[in-house]
Amino acid sequence: MSTTGRIVTVYGNMVTAEFEGSVRQNAVAYCQRTDGVRLMSEIIRVRGKRCDMQVFELTRGLKVGDAVEITDELLSVELGPGLIGMIYDGLQNPLPEMAEKVGKFLEPGHYLKALDRAQQWEFAPVASVGDTVSAAENLGKVKEKIFDHYIMAPFTLNGEWKVKKVAAAGKYKVEDEIAVLEKDGETVSVNMIQRWPVRMPLGIYNERLLPTEPMVTKQRIIDTFFPVMLGGTYCIPGPFGAGKTVLQQITSRHAEIDLVIVAACGERAGEVVETLREFPHLKDPRTGKTLIERTIIICNTSSMPVAARESSVYTAITLGEYYRQVGLNVLLLADSTSRWAQALREMSGRLEEIPGEEAFPAYLESSIARFYERGGIVELKDGRKASLTVGGTVSPAGGNFEEPVTQGTLKVVGAFLGLSYARSYARRFPAIDPLESWSKYSGTIAGEKVAWAHAFLRRGKSIFEMMQVVGEEGTSIDDFVIYLKSEFLDNVYLQQNSFDEVDAACPTDRQEHLFEKVCNVLKHEFVFADKAAARDMFFTLTEQFRNWNYAPWQTDRMKEAEAEISKSLSSKEAAHA
Amino acid sequence: MRKYYTQIDNIAGNVATLKASGVAYEELAVVEGSWGKSLAQVIRISDDNVSLQVFAGTRGVSTGDKVSFLGSSMRFSFSDDLFGRVFSGGGEPRDGRSELTDNLIEVGGPSVNPAVRLMPHRMIPTNIPMIDVFNTLVEGQKLPIFSIPGEPYNELLARIALQAEADVIIFGGMGLKYDEYLFFKNQLEEGGAMARTIMFVHTASDPVVECLQTPDIALTVAERFAVQGKRVLVLLTDMTNFANALKEISITMEQIPSNRGYPGDLYSQLASRYEKAVVFEEGGSITLMAVTTMPGDDVTHPVPDNTGYITEGQFYLKNGVIDPFGSLSRLKQQVNAKTRDDHRAIMDGCIQLYSTCRETREKRAMGFEMSDWDQKLLKYGDSFEKQIMSFSANVNLFDALQQCWEILAAHFEPRETGIRASLCDQFWPKQQ
Repeated sequence: MSTTGRIVTVYGNMVTAEFEGSVRQNAVAYCQRTDGVRLMSEIIRVRGKRCDMQVFELTRGLKVGDAVEITDELLSVELGPGLIGMIYDGLQNPLPEMAEKVGKFLEPGHYLKALDRAQQWEFAPVASVGDTVSAAENLGKVKEKIFDHYIMAPFTLNGEWKVKKVAAAGKYKVEDEIAVLEKDGETVSVNMIQRWPVRMPLGIYNERLLPTEPMVTKQRIIDTFFPVMLGGTYCIPGPFGAGKTVLQQITSRHAEIDLVIVAACGERAGEVVETLREFPHLKDPRTGKTLIERTIIICNTSSMPVAARESSVYTAITLGEYYRQVGLNVLLLADSTSRWAQALREMSGRLEEIPGEEAFPAYLESSIARFYERGGIVELKDGRKASLTVGGTVSPAGGNFEEPVTQGTLKVVGAFLGLSYARSYARRFPAIDPLESWSKYSGTIAGEKVAWAHAFLRRGKSIFEMMQVVGEEGTSIDDFVIYLKSEFLDNVYLQQNSFDEVDAACPTDRQEHLFEKVCNVLKHEFVFADKAAARDMFFTLTEQFRNWNYAPWQTDRMKEAEAEISKSLSSKEAAHA
Repeated sequence: MRKYYTQIDNIAGNVATLKASGVAYEELAVVEGSWGKSLAQVIRISDDNVSLQVFAGTRGVSTGDKVSFLGSSMRFSFSDDLFGRVFSGGGEPRDGRSELTDNLIEVGGPSVNPAVRLMPHRMIPTNIPMIDVFNTLVEGQKLPIFSIPGEPYNELLARIALQAEADVIIFGGMGLKYDEYLFFKNQLEEGGAMARTIMFVHTASDPVVECLQTPDIALTVAERFAVQGKRVLVLLTDMTNFANALKEISITMEQIPSNRGYPGDLYSQLASRYEKAVVFEEGGSITLMAVTTMPGDDVTHPVPDNTGYITEGQFYLKNGVIDPFGSLSRLKQQVNAKTRDDHRAIMDGCIQLYSTCRETREKRAMGFEMSDWDQKLLKYGDSFEKQIMSFSANVNLFDALQQCWEILAAHFEPRETGIRASLCDQFWPKQQ
């Protein structure tokens, strides 16, 4: 079912075609160059007998009058076993295979199958003949990496169908028939591949639940002060050089989650290269396997065509929804949503739409909201819980959070981890600003306690500002100690050394233990002879706590470090408590 | 059989529109009139209306001028004959020698598949301590020099070009003053590097459209050499002029500006050039250094701001020195663990002390009393600036590290430096 058309306008990556018959909004079309190369594109506006299409490739060489083949299918992705560990571009072409077939450069007009057709999967049936199933109910499962990958009834199925046939246990390829379903005399053959349009949310479940379980990132400042929950959403805005991507990378390595989808959207190719060259060698402490075995990389870096950048975040989130459907806890890291918004802006400009703020289209906010709303924790049809957590970075122009993308994102996320220049200049990593950030979720440590500790940071900051004016001499010793306590909390708890093997990831029990100890220091009523003595004491404590942070959990080294801390706290100045 | 069109309908800015058929997007055309002849590129086709961006500008173009289409997009001759040559931004010879027509390659092709890229892993020595020690330049890196107009950024670029051990140096000048162009030419000739250099120079008096072509031709040539396994160093100056040319064209094309008049796709446009920096598995590479002048020293200006999001760090040129605080080489971690054991420790230690020294200077300026420690810091800061930060310092990495140790030893006790004791034991200069 396809329609043909003819190109009438070419302008940047936007092409307008005149067509006969009917076309569907967001359907895929192929523009045919005179040399035979077919360029994939998507219909984004229809006016009368003309449709505007965004082309996912360089449009160089297209002519007026060139043929356009307009399909009836919406821009879709292939879903099934074999996605994990892959590196795809924004249109789900596997990049390493592309390099083998096409060479070093991403020549336009080449499209490859996302799933390996030759690979054999060990299939075990779950449903039996005679069972009644509806869309997304399990028919069988295969083992993909360490996960049970459930093969489900087609997501597009209407109503209740009877299982007429289901394949016996054994090895099958993705295109092999593994079941036949029947309803009112009509039958459908089911294999392991499903297709789903990327712009439609994929969610077939009993109900959507309130996120209640924290997603442990092993970053103290996040888990304790600004927690994120399984099925929640968060954003990381920050100026360049503040460490957004590093924070995303740390999260992708250490987060306690089944599957991480990294969507490198319009960012540097080098950063993706780092991930895809290192992940096959880094070990995931939870499973003992390499990190790549729990990762999918979708990469549409800044020099790849803009329209495909726009679709890449949808490709990524659709894969995320699919694995939630399979029953996993998935984390989607989108870096960066600003580049995606800019892609929207470019297309909107070409469409000559009336611009909103900073020339972004008026529908920017609702697009952002729809994107984040696709995350969430759900109860699947078989009663299991599964989640999709979405974390996006934002790259505001000039580091100014008042711009439309940051503001549009803040309205819809559950946690805001704002990065600041000041902290990154001072080498305080992760550079999350503890006074600007917020989270609507609650973490493992009780909220009142966290709030109590957090108050030190605010008071410390105002005392510090006052000190800038009146000098240390003009500050009372009590205020000075509060300031030192806030610096102490910052130094030993908020900051974390991602280069240190132990400190890079701080698990929950360790965080709880450390937080208790840090609170004891914050509570402690010191009596100091003068400010120099106070400074000295906190200097020592900071050093000792840092040593503790570097000591592996429950080792002698950790116990020694703890003993030293106790010694300092029971010393002369401190003993007055 | 070339077909000629003799009816131009609209002329605005550098864009001429005429009716033509069978024309491909981004195809080249020639506009010929009594004023001369210029190349032009198709930048929009709408039904039978074709918009041409005229490289030489539209001054003097008549509606009756002859237009013919060349049947291909922008191409440039690629061979070893390019070495030592100077071209204009549009690819015409600028050195009075003959035009090259062999082995034409398409300018501005698709980007490199990320899956075939390697992590940059080789240091590029520059003999500038502020770079080698503190923000090491890495082969395959893309790094801008942020600077206010008037700083010696071109001198810095020329020095790096002469010091770096590159097989090929490609220079792209955009909106250069004529004497700046001559400065580079002389520097490269005097340094004996001209034989491995190819220059593409667009001067401020040349047509603005050619400014847009300059980086594309330069980078296309660079990419070809890199694919051959050569280590290529590309120097671009000044990318702000390039961005301004983009702005000019997009306004003429009635595009809606996004920020301070710049087009909404400024980020993508800059990125598609910067992202040409690459390391291939077979050994070829492109290292890209580009000057970005910041109007009014404002780093939040759209050009430096977008650049910062694209590049792997930046060198911040301020008051004639590479500022140690704003500057950053994001890739230095890839190489500075392998140079010498004390490299990272010196890098952090010296900067931390210098940063404290600056705080002390502020305190002094506000009239606070100076302690002994403060005095030490002040003296250290002076020697550090004079010997290490100064633009005239010209020593290799190991000598520079040694100098840093000597400066530290002249002013501090080992424990005051915050450098690990084991390293101090090994490297601390012995008393004479």
